[in-house]
Amino acid sequence: MNTAALKELLYKMADDQLILGHRNSEWTGFGPLLEEDIAFSSMAQDKVGQSYALYQLLHALGEQAPDTVAFTRNAPQFHNCQFVELPNEEYDFSLIRHFLFDTAEAVRFDMLTQSRYEPLAQLAKKIRGELRYHTLHANTWIRQLGSATEESISRLQAALDKAFPFALGIFEPSPFEDQLIEEQLFAGEQALRLRWLERVQTILAETSLHLPDVTLTTPEFGGRNGHHTEHLQPLLDEMSAVFRIDPTAEW
Amino acid sequence: MVVSPTIEQIREWLDEVKDPEIPVLSLIDLGVITQINLSDHEVRVEMTPTFVGCPAMDYMQREVIECLQRRGIDQPVVEINFREAWSSDKISEKGKAALKKYGLAPPPDNSLFTDLEILERAQCPRCGGDNTELKSPFGPTLCRAIYYCHSCREAFEQFKPV
Ligand SMILES: [Zn+2]
Repeated sequence: MNTAALKELLYKMADDQLILGHRNSEWTGFGPLLEEDIAFSSMAQDKVGQSYALYQLLHALGEQAPDTVAFTRNAPQFHNCQFVELPNEEYDFSLIRHFLFDTAEAVRFDMLTQSRYEPLAQLAKKIRGELRYHTLHANTWIRQLGSATEESISRLQAALDKAFPFALGIFEPSPFEDQLIEEQLFAGEQALRLRWLERVQTILAETSLHLPDVTLTTPEFGGRNGHHTEHLQPLLDEMSAVFRIDPTAEW
Repeated sequence: MVVSPTIEQIREWLDEVKDPEIPVLSLIDLGVITQINLSDHEVRVEMTPTFVGCPAMDYMQREVIECLQRRGIDQPVVEINFREAWSSDKISEKGKAALKKYGLAPPPDNSLFTDLEILERAQCPRCGGDNTELKSPFGPTLCRAIYYCHSCREAFEQFKPV
């Protein structure tokens, strides 16, 4: 088994979950509705828990313990896509990101249930079940607000236009793409992107929203290689503050 | 190992360990104990989380270890893995009845849960009716969803199918 390829895959997935989980948790106490407040907090808890389980797979492959990996690296050592580190902004942007990212994530874990690396396939089956609630939540709100008032439609459309190049950054090819596919560890970013586009378009077709033209959009790549926006480091500083003061603290 | 129990005995002991979030439900009823293995020198229990991010998992693992130690098993091995993933179908009939009595609607059969439409209604644990509406698939803990019963004019929670 190509361990380097597998680790690269696990790191980017775990980092995506951890960072977006943290962003979701920033809605706690600020959601536009109490239910939305609870929803984003629950999804944050799911995502952080899922990242922890992925870091544990890495730990079993010889990487450092989950807490160390999560709380002691700096931005250039993180492999999340830039999309997840962007600030929450208004609810419309958070909702669009939730929809675009979680759809990709649901497809990714669905594909990973077929992975030849058994511990990952087992975990993927479990996570896939949990993500049904995340995509249900996203699809429900996109359907409602994407065909509601002129204002809700134009705000979501603006958020979608802004988010789209970053969303395409999710699928930045790995240097190990061929090996992952060959060893059937993961069917690859290209296959994932195709299935993602199909699902996203199916939902958007039920609304007044339009997906920007893929062929005319330059994806925001770089995150997978440690190139991040200025927004990631402050998030990491905040996230790891307690750990850096006292690595043995439990909370 | 000081005593040599049977697997059945160990199951009975673990039936006394309750889910910290739903104290009427034992870990056995909840279905999170996936394996019990005995060998000459070891009691080995495997557990799996209800939700990957379940914050109570470490606590439940400690409770299982302490429960076994109280019964004279010196060094039980309690491992958490996803080999046999948890689903809400693993809740026993006794567990489902306990949930209902506790005021929490038990999860519907997960194999029916191919589309999310099944979530739109749940049977109200108070009046037994289904004039109900899903308010949010996310409740106060990861495993609960919030519904509203139009007959009782009150909200209730359901243990989500996963
Ligand atoms: Zn009722």
